[in-house]
Amino acid sequence: MEEFGPIGEYLPLIILIIIAGAVAFLLTGASRVLGPLRPNKIKESAYESGMDPVGTAHERFSIKFYLVAMLFILFDIEIVFMYPWAVQYKELEAAYGSFPLVEMLVFVAILFVGYIYILKKGGLDWD
Amino acid sequence: MALQTALFWIFSILGIAGGIGLVINRNPVYSALSLILNFFSLAGLYLSLQAEFLAVIQVLVYAGAIMVLFLFVIMLLNLSDEPRVEGFDIARGASFLLAIGFVAEMLIILKDVVLPSSPEKFTYGKVESIGNLLMTNYLFPFEVISVVLVASLIGAIVIAKKFNY
Repeated sequence: MEEFGPIGEYLPLIILIIIAGAVAFLLTGASRVLGPLRPNKIKESAYESGMDPVGTAHERFSIKFYLVAMLFILFDIEIVFMYPWAVQYKELEAAYGSFPLVEMLVFVAILFVGYIYILKKGGLDWD
Repeated sequence: MALQTALFWIFSILGIAGGIGLVINRNPVYSALSLILNFFSLAGLYLSLQAEFLAVIQVLVYAGAIMVLFLFVIMLLNLSDEPRVEGFDIARGASFLLAIGFVAEMLIILKDVVLPSSPEKFTYGKVESIGNLLMTNYLFPFEVISVVLVASLIGAIVIAKKFNY
């Protein structure tokens, strides 16, 4: 796969994405083309044989959702910095001993303080 | 090589399409979805530039986490469809001029840029080299990141818990 340049090693991935997209299009397209299409008013309602929707979906959401999303992002970014460290850990340990482990523990410990703060402040309680 | 060029064009066109969709859609949620298309094509471009870590993080953090935040902002603010601005007003004229100026600036800078034509093998975008750099040259910034994260974490809690909804 060298002849495809630097992206060549991702060629299987690209083929996978193309096939996955093609299958999705083929299946939905086939059901649209081959399946019987007899729409009526009840079938096209938002919840067939369910409750009729009341009001609009454009409601203001509580800030609690936003808080959960925010905390998720912060810890997500914490994890992001662990990936390169974890991938390279064996080489780092061979070169610097336990120093990389200690450094990562310091990193996690500082964030753990933040986690304790959230817990104590009730940031994870819904009410 | 041809594959590289083809993918560059595909991802570029998709990215620009996402950007245009972001701007011209009247429904904020559709705009956010266009932004996801833009993020994914940027990830593809990063990948073809051998910045593998950046590509994965682009999908994980931007298309995943930041997008959730955008959608929550749209829901929190209860945005409805943007009304179409009719005619000319000062804000519109000013943003038009700013955009023209920005494009002109980019063109002036890009005029003198000499791009490397041969596809070299870069290694500094790999996850391994980033792991090495994080633990050697950029160790202190790495530890500072945790403090910054805790600061924003406390900020989020303080602001969100100030009022009882």
